[in-house]
Amino acid sequence: MTKRIYTDPSIASSDITPESVFLNRRAFIKASSGTAASALGISTALSSAGEPSGLIYKDAPDESLRAEQTPYDAVTTYNNFYEFGTDKSDPARHAHSMTTDPWTIKVGGLVDQPGELHLEDVMSGFDLEERIYRFRCVEAWSMVVPWIGFPLSALLKRFAPRAEGRFVEFKTLYRRSEMRGTRSFTSVIDWPYREGLRLDEAMHPLTLMAVGLYGKTLPNQNGAPLRLVVPWKYGFKSIKSIVEINVTAEQPETSWQTLQPSEYGFYANVNPEVDHPRWSQRFERKLPSSIFKPNRVPTLPFNGYQEQVAGLYEGMDLRQFY
Amino acid sequence: MQHKATLPPWCLTGLVIGACSLPLVLLATQLARGQLGPDPAERLMQDTGEWALRGLALVLLASPLARAGWRGVFRYRRILGVSVFLYVSLHLLLFAQVYVGWSGALLIEELKERPYVLVGFSAWLSLLPLALTSTDSARRRLGRRWRQLHRLIYPATLLAWLHLLWLARSDVGEAVVYGLIFAVLLGWRLRRYRQRAR
Repeated sequence: MTKRIYTDPSIASSDITPESVFLNRRAFIKASSGTAASALGISTALSSAGEPSGLIYKDAPDESLRAEQTPYDAVTTYNNFYEFGTDKSDPARHAHSMTTDPWTIKVGGLVDQPGELHLEDVMSGFDLEERIYRFRCVEAWSMVVPWIGFPLSALLKRFAPRAEGRFVEFKTLYRRSEMRGTRSFTSVIDWPYREGLRLDEAMHPLTLMAVGLYGKTLPNQNGAPLRLVVPWKYGFKSIKSIVEINVTAEQPETSWQTLQPSEYGFYANVNPEVDHPRWSQRFERKLPSSIFKPNRVPTLPFNGYQEQVAGLYEGMDLRQFY
Repeated sequence: MQHKATLPPWCLTGLVIGACSLPLVLLATQLARGQLGPDPAERLMQDTGEWALRGLALVLLASPLARAGWRGVFRYRRILGVSVFLYVSLHLLLFAQVYVGWSGALLIEELKERPYVLVGFSAWLSLLPLALTSTDSARRRLGRRWRQLHRLIYPATLLAWLHLLWLARSDVGEAVVYGLIFAVLLGWRLRRYRQRAR
């Protein structure tokens, strides 16, 4: 079976370890640690308690960011998930109230086979793999996260999008009783949270549906049980806890763009040249950051994925379509 | 002879200084212990800004309290006012260190292009002369003009509130709460001013 595997632009092909050498080394490591699946290059995740969490996945095809991974604690305690409050620590404190099992995702719109996906179908019906991606928030901080998931294209293909479909719309769960942030009187977001992609962006091999991170199933605050990850776009595009996916002909209305069109565009590609009206996008604080070592690094066009995705926007004025 | 059951002023002074330093001490402790999360700068920016706003509200509460009969309140207002200035200065220092990395060019760009930065900076600028003239000798030297100068607290308050409002992304709850508090405190002055003018 051939698979389209993405590459990191910062690695020359001459730097890549030959697969045979890589697998041998890995097999050796795994064998010595007693993992049976080692020869296949498959990982079985262990939770902190040492119990398998049930996620079986292929190792990341590109390990170049492995050393830069943001610590698990930072990834799971510093979140924007306004359904649970606007403070970064709110989601970790309050998202446990969200029921994620059972979970149903409705897939419809311009598809030949509309239907529903249940949590079990998602967890067992796709080949999971690890992807270590840069994650850049529009608020000028960033992380590097080892996600576990599968390409969104694999999901969409099952529902057979029609030729006239040009966009994909996503919706987050909206359940007031379990989401205290949605009960705020002063919030101006029109729930449910909505996001969207152009169909070709959605089908791009980098676009991931994540069900886990750091080898474990997604914590609720990170968008359990199923979230989008689009690594070349600002984090708010990577919608969490998805319950509905529709293929549409028109560009869907998205939450932040509706709320503040001058600040948040539909495309929201990471772009150091286009500032957010209230702050510069030229630098980012790569977390964890500290007062004396803020870890400010320059932001890369398309968050470092220019080589793979710039072609999607050929001929477009990225200042106009921000 | 019966003693009045009140604390001596120096005791209360110590208490006020302690209360004003408490948030700073707590934040510094949390910072040293790594309890502020992966982005401590953001937490510190938020918290120093908010404590400054709370302090500002208390400073503005002094006059109504004095009017209500507690004349001694002005003794403590100065400590509070200087503390507000220190928290705002810390807020500004953090901005320079973490967000613009002490780059003059970047600072100028931020001031020019981002109104909330300019507004916040103006608030600090309006507080600066107040902090500098907070000593007894400055007060004596300035005489009548001291009171006039210290009316800068009103534009500083409005600028600080505008700064907060401008920063809100999707939830304006906090800005509304502070807005109501400041409206009451400034409204009280406006009413008194009109009554006296009549």
